[in-house]
Amino acid sequence: MKIHIPTPLRSYTGGLETVTISGNTVNTVFEQLTGKYPELKQHLFTPEGKLRSFVNVYLNDDDIRYLDAQQETAVKDNDELTIIPSIAGGRN
Amino acid sequence: MLRIEYTDYEALRSHGEETYPNECCGVLLGKNIVGEMASVQAINVIHQIVRAGNTRTDSAHNRYNIAPQELVKIQRQARGLGLDIVGFYHSHPDHPAQWSKTDFAEAHWLGCSYIITSVEKGKAATTNSFLLSGTEEDNKQFQDEAIEIMMAATSPGNQKGQA
Repeated sequence: MKIHIPTPLRSYTGGLETVTISGNTVNTVFEQLTGKYPELKQHLFTPEGKLRSFVNVYLNDDDIRYLDAQQETAVKDNDELTIIPSIAGGRN
Repeated sequence: MLRIEYTDYEALRSHGEETYPNECCGVLLGKNIVGEMASVQAINVIHQIVRAGNTRTDSAHNRYNIAPQELVKIQRQARGLGLDIVGFYHSHPDHPAQWSKTDFAEAHWLGCSYIITSVEKGKAATTNSFLLSGTEEDNKQFQDEAIEIMMAATSPGNQKGQA
């Protein structure tokens, strides 16, 4: 499946905006992804292995946090995963 | 350094006036290019700005948030144009155009530009840009970033300015 990498993390994927990774679930895809690009891991996950709170992951148009099986959700080769850090702020 | 067309620059400032007294927000699409000289840092060149909705309707006068779903769509849009997300903009109604603790805490796009426009009594005043530098959350920092404003049909370097 295709995984879209946000601008700040492309330095860890050799500059690639899109990488193709195989896997049966979101978790196995992540394992393959961070196995291939190990430096990505610390930017996506806490030391305890949880997805960082500011990192959003969309399976096609769905936030994986709101899917029934979350990171155990099954994926197909023609699915797309988008990694997108949050953007927020305010004057004080 | 951030390089932006005058029309885009004015458009993002106008956005802040339109949403006053609430904060506006949007995304900067473009390319990060290596500096033209060895001593010059990489430049975020803006090709297009995209307005985004502020989901913080509970406190829109002093907070902004772009829905991740909207960001995903904007990233798709950028990909289709052969561009990248290279920054963001928002306004500070009746507050200086300086990053706040909240801005810093919520900034996670390393290498991207964060433009802030102060809007005083409904009128856009100062616009500043800050580069989120560093390699990870623990060493990130905002650096003042010069804004190079390009006038239409001119070559790079003919017009420079910071409001």
